[in-house]
Amino acid sequence: MSKYLLNKFIFAIDRDPELVERYREDPRATVAWWEKERANVILNLPESEGSSWQLLTEEEREALATHDYVALFGLGAHPFLTLTLFIALFERDYTEPLGFQLEYARKLQHWSLPYPDITT
Amino acid sequence: MANLVAVLATTHHPFFYRASTAPPESRPDFADEWVRKVEAYRETLTRARPEILVMVGSDHFHQLFYDNMPQFLIGKAPFYNANYYNEEREFGLPRMVLKGHEELSAYLLRAGLDAGFDFAFSNELHVDHSITCPIITTRPQADLPIVPIYTNIFAPPLPQPWRYVQLGRTLRQLIDAWPVDARVAVIGTGHLSLELGGPRQFGPHGPDPEFDRQAVEWIASGDIEGALQAVTLESLWSPGNATHGFLDFMLMMGVAGEVKADYADTLDLFHTMEAYFTWYPNGADA
Repeated sequence: MSKYLLNKFIFAIDRDPELVERYREDPRATVAWWEKERANVILNLPESEGSSWQLLTEEEREALATHDYVALFGLGAHPFLTLTLFIALFERDYTEPLGFQLEYARKLQHWSLPYPDITT
Repeated sequence: MANLVAVLATTHHPFFYRASTAPPESRPDFADEWVRKVEAYRETLTRARPEILVMVGSDHFHQLFYDNMPQFLIGKAPFYNANYYNEEREFGLPRMVLKGHEELSAYLLRAGLDAGFDFAFSNELHVDHSITCPIITTRPQADLPIVPIYTNIFAPPLPQPWRYVQLGRTLRQLIDAWPVDARVAVIGTGHLSLELGGPRQFGPHGPDPEFDRQAVEWIASGDIEGALQAVTLESLWSPGNATHGFLDFMLMMGVAGEVKADYADTLDLFHTMEAYFTWYPNGADA
């Protein structure tokens, strides 16, 4: 489990308008690029001082590569981060107000309390 | 001595700005009532004639992330840039620049440390909608210097609920004891029951109207003990997965003390209930 890194990916994409579009258009390649080039960059440090050990699990990588927000919820990604990014990715494809958000809720209907642990 | 002229505790709804500024043809049907309620609430601050605003909120993973997550943080800077790209994108919020009050920030940091709160601090804080939403609703001219105080309500492990109350009580004592002749208001925002990114999100009401009813009663009546007896970090998952934002309301109850609110109002909206509370610790005409 690398919930921290899962959240870090979502956080990193969500704050960058170019990465939002890149992730929308080609999620698998964006995840592969990010994991190779960016996963070990520590937010507040020069790149030369990064980590050397960050790696997504296969399940996490696949959930990100397939835009599978239901799987991300199950894996314990922070729901606020996931929701915010996925609204940016897909709200535009829905004509009804809150259309995407309500579908998102419906797709998670099989979950009841307790939800997956989001502690990192 | 400083005069704590008003304590305001409210929800922060990022859609208010867009709903209230939309042209008539795209204005949602609930906007008029919402604007009326917000303007009435704004008057509760205006009449107190504050000079400095202490703003309690919570960063939504904008500047603060899991690599370096403080529980309680005070901003100390002459200015605060405000609102982020993803808040413009999702909520249509405007970019803002707020003045800071460094002297009060420095005092609260020093005195807070001495009173047992080992605050983190930031000399370059870019605040988000948890600070700007209440500016937009209660002081839209955004002309007063602020002291931002952030709490962690998002990234477990969180401090226990009593600790938020204790922080509120401490802030109250410190502001009351600040040896500067200034009119200070404390404005804090949180949430009632709320679900974000889960199966109960964006329903016709907040996810747990019964929790909301009880929470409004605790706040309006100043029933800190009742809230503390009922609320645990574990129990807050039940009304909705983002209901830990209620901890900021508990903090504000600590600031206000165990007294009835001088003003209490609510608005039942889709997704969440809005709530507006004001106390005048030294009387409404202090």
